Amino acid sequence: MGSGNGELLNLTLKVWRQKNSKAKGSFETHQLKGISTDMSFLEMFDVLNEKLISENKEAIAFDHDCREGICGMCSMYINGRPHGPKHAVTTCQLHMRSFKNGDTIIVEPWRSIAFPVIKDLAVDRGAFDRIIASGGYVSVNTGNAQDANNILIPKTAADESFSAAACIACGACVAACKNGSAMLFVSAKVSQLALLPQGQVERKERVLKMVQQMDEEGFGNCTNTGACEAECPKEISLENIARLNREMIGASLT
Amino acid sequence: MASSPKLNSKIPEGTIDQKWSKYRSTVHLVNPANKRSLEVLVVGSGLAGASAAASLAEMGYKVKVFCFQDSPRRAHSIAAQGGINAAKNYQNDGDSTYRLFYDTIKGGDYRAREANVHRLAEVSSSIIDQCVAQGVPLAREYGGLLSNRSFGGTQVQRTFYAAGQTGQQLLLGAYSALQRQVGMGAVELCARHEMLDVVTINGVARGIIARNLITGEMEKHFGHAVLLCTGGYGNVFYLSTNAMGSNVTAAWKAHKKGAFFGNPCYTQIHPTCIPVSGDHQSKLTLMSESLRNDGRIWVPLKKDDTRKPTDIPENERDYYLERRYPAFGNLVPRDVASRAAKERCDAGYGVGSSKKAVYLDFAANTERYGKTEVAKQNIHNPSKEQIMALGKEVVKEKYGNLFDMYQQITGENPYEVPMRIYPAVHYTMGGLWVDYNLMTTIPGLYALGEANFSDHGANRLGASALMQGLADGYFVIPYTLGVYLSDEVSRMSAEKGKADSIETLKTNHPEFEKALAEQTALITKFLTIKGTKSVESFHKRLGLIMWDKCGMARNKQGLTEAIAEIQALREEFWRDVRVLGEANEFNPDLEKAGRVADFIELGELMCKDALHREESCGGHFREEYQTEEGEAKRDDVNFAYVAAWEFKGISNWELNKEELVYENIKIAQRSYK
Amino acid sequence: MSQGFLKSSIGKKTVMALTGIFLISFLVVHCFINSLIFFNDGGLTFNTGANFMAHNWLIRAGELVLFAGLILHIIQALILTIENRKARPIGYEMVNGNANSSWYSRSMGLLGTLLLIFLIIHLTHFWVKSRFTGLPGEDANGHENLYAVMQTTFTMLWVVVVYTLAMVSLAYHLLHGFQSAFQTLGLNHKKYTPLIKNIGVAFSIIIPFIFALMPILMYAGVIK
Repeated sequence: MGSGNGELLNLTLKVWRQKNSKAKGSFETHQLKGISTDMSFLEMFDVLNEKLISENKEAIAFDHDCREGICGMCSMYINGRPHGPKHAVTTCQLHMRSFKNGDTIIVEPWRSIAFPVIKDLAVDRGAFDRIIASGGYVSVNTGNAQDANNILIPKTAADESFSAAACIACGACVAACKNGSAMLFVSAKVSQLALLPQGQVERKERVLKMVQQMDEEGFGNCTNTGACEAECPKEISLENIARLNREMIGASLT
Repeated sequence: MASSPKLNSKIPEGTIDQKWSKYRSTVHLVNPANKRSLEVLVVGSGLAGASAAASLAEMGYKVKVFCFQDSPRRAHSIAAQGGINAAKNYQNDGDSTYRLFYDTIKGGDYRAREANVHRLAEVSSSIIDQCVAQGVPLAREYGGLLSNRSFGGTQVQRTFYAAGQTGQQLLLGAYSALQRQVGMGAVELCARHEMLDVVTINGVARGIIARNLITGEMEKHFGHAVLLCTGGYGNVFYLSTNAMGSNVTAAWKAHKKGAFFGNPCYTQIHPTCIPVSGDHQSKLTLMSESLRNDGRIWVPLKKDDTRKPTDIPENERDYYLERRYPAFGNLVPRDVASRAAKERCDAGYGVGSSKKAVYLDFAANTERYGKTEVAKQNIHNPSKEQIMALGKEVVKEKYGNLFDMYQQITGENPYEVPMRIYPAVHYTMGGLWVDYNLMTTIPGLYALGEANFSDHGANRLGASALMQGLADGYFVIPYTLGVYLSDEVSRMSAEKGKADSIETLKTNHPEFEKALAEQTALITKFLTIKGTKSVESFHKRLGLIMWDKCGMARNKQGLTEAIAEIQALREEFWRDVRVLGEANEFNPDLEKAGRVADFIELGELMCKDALHREESCGGHFREEYQTEEGEAKRDDVNFAYVAAWEFKGISNWELNKEELVYENIKIAQRSYK
Repeated sequence: MSQGFLKSSIGKKTVMALTGIFLISFLVVHCFINSLIFFNDGGLTFNTGANFMAHNWLIRAGELVLFAGLILHIIQALILTIENRKARPIGYEMVNGNANSSWYSRSMGLLGTLLLIFLIIHLTHFWVKSRFTGLPGEDANGHENLYAVMQTTFTMLWVVVVYTLAMVSLAYHLLHGFQSAFQTLGLNHKKYTPLIKNIGVAFSIIIPFIFALMPILMYAGVIK
């Protein structure tokens, strides 16, 4: 077994319930007893849902899929922070050993005009897909590639590009930002490609289109509070936002 | 043994190294003008689906992509960690297309189709080129060239990687290509849509029924071809490394409409996963096979040794893989490593409180890396702590994200104490039977990636799943789809203008109405049973039956029992399942009900297949058929075939056999000693 | 620079950064001239400086630009604030902002508003008198005696308190604003960003501190 010392937690959960995007939501309070500290936060929700179903009540809808911190689907705003109290983890990787017996936990969906609530804790993050569709790619059709080793890329550039590309598009940056800005997400993709030789051809056009799409989606404006970086489960750096600004200013000036 | 007449694998003529290139250059083409009027439905947006959809849209086809997640980027390919194989021979260590082909066939325990596997090896190089061109940041050496590492079952370094997130990076590359087509209007994206049925008209696939998961609306979609890129069915075991949503529904519904299911019992149990920690466990997490490059697997020499791993001296440790398989050591294929771990634990040498775990220890290699760093940095007379600290830095750079994940889940620091690992269900080699063109037994219906059965035989080698998914999507289907669609063009022109033709009616065809009504009725049924037990509880019970009796080791008695138990479970499910909420809303529980219903039926078929295959091969280990040393014992005389099951009704299947002919590789007892 | 750029989110924040840096540069000049009072020579040096500033046409023109910059900074901030409110129509029940960011980085609007109120008071005290209503006579050198206005103004305790508190607001506004401006302009570099941040912190403390000393020391009678 894990390092959990076998302690069991009794918890009070205040969870946002909302029937659909048009309905008005409200908080619902639940008591849970005997939660193992080895459980993940979502497994705790599984327990709660099983309890609700046994009481003939509808389960709480929440997004989740891989449960290993990489798909970016899980998205809970826990006690005032996206993905909860632990640094650099997604909700699915948050474990109950981060909580104490008797805790009250408030769980809300991401709040952003660009992420409408679908139901309860699940939101629609299609805006991110549309931003990528607007320019987050290298225009290379299948079958047109040269030998991979013909493109020499300094290790540092490849590593830096990879660090930006590690973004999982969970939306925690938007959820954390007091302005609901999506710049960390956009900057990660712009940076990934701006750092690589493959991304140079469309460099200007890419940043112009992606920023335009980001603005059209209704995200707020960045005021450099750094909350996004602090809450990002993949630790995407604020340097990327600086690079995005640089790319954008450069593309607009020239 | 001859293949059953219902199965035509359509393997082209010619020598193995010419089959694909010749075929590709001679198949019928579809002219650009016609492509614009041909609609292709792609179900699933993982490596196979995203790459196929993007490539086909680039070619000019009208494409629709369906995924149940909120974005195509979330498909479970994203979680693949270790790497992707390609026969580039960048390391100058003797790799070649033939060697990759050979390793894959041997790794699959001689139960894969030669022609497909050779084609896979041939296109492997182009995949790396394509991904790099897209801006996928694969790991580099200081000179700017691509870096490689080793994976199990091979003695060359042919695995390309991006830290422990290779699947993520490759998927995001394919996803970007897909989104580019979405942005250009060439692909219509239907996220949060679940395919519930294939619509066939006169036995030919003409579209699908899908449920909009947000509104609950049932939709009809017409397609001239339907591509199922829906992944594997490992979640039939409840606990697996698959994502929570990974399911068999699309493939299973296709199976029930006439697509044969190939080798359903071939399941891959991955040796290095984080052990189960309690009843609450909802899924298992893989620790990449790449860790076996640098980690040594061991158990204590003494039974029930309760000392801390760091307190057990070298001479009281049993590095059992190195002992049993000196040539491959810790890098034996997955099936071999998993069984060896089970053997040690069953014999009473397991560690941890559950005794169902072995150690994966990085101390030796951390020290080795530390010494190299010391030499690099010209440090004289370094202390042991200094060496270990420097070594940890190297290990952190290579596997940092995996170590962090391990610590998150277990609360233990793997830099200080060895990881505890145990095998877990990871991948399913079986899947819809397809011919060389990747078409199932339903004309117009294709299966790509893990959803098909074709390339990995009875055991998949590490870093080959990414390779296959992308090979199918980028470099196979764009050619082979034309073989079928060029005929479609002729049919369409012949039917042009007729009022009752498929082209005119499209989704108004009575078959669409019928399928829609059936699926709507099914949804209603789930909601009206109003039983007492949750969907989740049925899934858990199914998983237990499957793991206990159709898991790492199987036998006749267990499988027979399992079939009876699953049948009883199915009956109970349809009588007593409780699904709350409504049909016309976002209802995850209702979604899951449909998936579990299909898993239950599949589970029965898996047991049936495992029961009939009276041999041990790859991931299928029948306890009755093993060598004295406990290795898998194949029966090439009686079982060198693909078992393709035809659905005849509930609990009723007919077995069709595709004979596996080995013209280029000599079948031999697989040895990694 | 295209109009599209100025309308974009990044364009708007670039305007904030540029006007911010411009205002920062103004603070340096202002602080330098005012520091002349520390000669404690009855304001003679200070009045010389002030006189130069008041009658140099370049400085007068600069004053207009300064006001324009200030107004732009304020208007843009208002627009951004309104837009940012719209980006989250339904707020959170519980926000633990301190876990991921500093309170002052999240309170730039509040701090800015306080500074604006202060600015109005401050301009009424000095600028309006200097430019419009006239100053009380000349000093020994025959320069207009702005120093005398300072002396009178800073005999009132409430003024000293308001000025000191305003300088605390300024310090926090700068603490975020200084490095933020560089980040916005994309001037972020592994080597230099720590330096910029340190300079920013030093600047944000030193300049408001010097400013705050003036009313305090005058009130205390240290500067006569």
